[in-house]
Amino acid sequence: MKKQVYGEGAGALKLGVGRKIFLCFNTVLLLFVAAVTLYPFLYVAAVSLSDESYIVQGRVGIIPQGINLEAYKRVFQYPMLGQSYVNTIVYTLLGTLINIILTVCGAFPLSRKRFYGRGFFTALIVFTMLFNGGLIPTFLVVKQLNMVDSIWAMLIPGAVGTWELLVMRSFFAQIPREIEEAALIDGSNEFQTLVRIILPLSTAAIATIILFYAVSHWNDFFTAMIYLRSSEKYPLQIFLRNIVIQNETADMMRDVIEDRNIIGESIKHATIMVATVPILFVYPFIQKYFVTGVMIGSLKG
Amino acid sequence: MKKSAWLYLMFAPVLCYYIIFKYIPMYGLQIAFKDYSIYSTISESPWIGFQNFQQFFSSLYFGRLLRNTILISFYNLLFGFPAPIILALLLNEVRNLRFKKTIQTISYLPHFVSSVVIVSMVVNFLDPQSGLINKIIEYMGGESVNFLMDPKYFRTIFTTMNIWKGVGWGAIIYTAALAGVDTTLYEVAMLDGAGRFRQVISITLPAIAPTISIMLILRMGDILNVSGTTILLMYNPQIYETADVFSTYVYRRGLIESDYSFAAAVDLFQSVIGLVMIILSNRIARKIDEETSLW
Repeated sequence: MKKQVYGEGAGALKLGVGRKIFLCFNTVLLLFVAAVTLYPFLYVAAVSLSDESYIVQGRVGIIPQGINLEAYKRVFQYPMLGQSYVNTIVYTLLGTLINIILTVCGAFPLSRKRFYGRGFFTALIVFTMLFNGGLIPTFLVVKQLNMVDSIWAMLIPGAVGTWELLVMRSFFAQIPREIEEAALIDGSNEFQTLVRIILPLSTAAIATIILFYAVSHWNDFFTAMIYLRSSEKYPLQIFLRNIVIQNETADMMRDVIEDRNIIGESIKHATIMVATVPILFVYPFIQKYFVTGVMIGSLKG
Repeated sequence: MKKSAWLYLMFAPVLCYYIIFKYIPMYGLQIAFKDYSIYSTISESPWIGFQNFQQFFSSLYFGRLLRNTILISFYNLLFGFPAPIILALLLNEVRNLRFKKTIQTISYLPHFVSSVVIVSMVVNFLDPQSGLINKIIEYMGGESVNFLMDPKYFRTIFTTMNIWKGVGWGAIIYTAALAGVDTTLYEVAMLDGAGRFRQVISITLPAIAPTISIMLILRMGDILNVSGTTILLMYNPQIYETADVFSTYVYRRGLIESDYSFAAAVDLFQSVIGLVMIILSNRIARKIDEETSLW
């Protein structure tokens, strides 16, 4: 619907020009926002592809200088990279599977009025958003369950996301009772109703929640930081942290015969790229799911 | 009602999860009031009442942590709260839908990138030898600065980083609210001779005021909850004096130094104040406008 921006009368031209200037300014500003958002990624990519000597001289702004794949070669050769990648993939797949099953199993009953105790259980769950035991007691529980330094620590303590559960519940609550009732009268039990009728109707919401969980597992470092001790269990993010933030690049350069410093910077940037490219790659395809997910979530809140 | 036994069966594991991982820790919180040792159990540990709290409040750390946490929250609020609103307003003025969507999509990309990646980028940018920022400084004739080792830069770095990461995503809520504004209101205003700027002030802003209030309430409740997880990645002992917040201190004392009772006490303090803040700010919001509160 085209809005008239030019009013009637003598002031019309004035409004037009002022508005045009503003719109121009607005566009430039927004382009600036986009540029500032994208620039760090482009810079990291450029440095990762550049020859170290140019980097050290500070000649890499956005275009790679002295393009070579040396840094990537080094990164891929490093065994911990492969291992931590596999770990992250495993944690993400298994974690998300557990998440979605439990979330659906929790949200469906909570959305049904006939579930006795529904209000009580909902309150119980919502309360945990306001107040919880905190880091130390939770850690101690996990420790006492002997999950420390095991894959279970990455999957179970975060098995249900309260926000996701509530979003799923809102979604299920919107499904009209008549559809279920028809099925129940026809003799199916609750479980069959869930699987055969509700789930097929909810694929969009479920897909969205799965994506939220998956991204959160992929990016998770804190859970690994507090519960994991053996380096072969570390996920990608911890690997990245160790290499880039804590500067543990020594191993990677062990068999470099030439000057050690020459490869350092581009290796770090290549590692960052390797850790984040999957998300960057998948992002354009899935970003719309996230937006709709937030909309649903915020409407409920 | 045999059929609905299924509902309970379904819900059972989820209930178990909440009991084990949310409520049992709440029971375990009592170690804040005890002298808990890993070698005995909670019930056997001697009760020491508020001793941990007294010790904490009178320690040198308390003032520093309180100051840092509040200041960081404050800067985040001052700069980080308006930014998404402004972005949403600017986006709202865009005529070309495709341009708007493209910019939006780009703007919330950083939200999905992990904190580790973002901190890595920040660490690289600010590196004293090879970081971009220092190279620019040197090019302009200055001396390179080790930003992440100097306490006075931390808040700026942290706030800027958070804005970069969150502005696009934060704008989504406001964009949705803006899209819901009745366009006939604008038409009527235009007929009355109001220019666009006036329209924004009198129509747009009041229309999104409820959204803004709710977001502000939620923000207020979080004033002591500065997320330590990101700070943990980027701080070091040299900058504890501005970077150390309650959550990072709890992590250090509790999980690294294994001083479980004390750390639990600090954490409990933070949670309780946080809860009080949420309730208070909600009361205030309710006084301002009946409809804008959370419940």
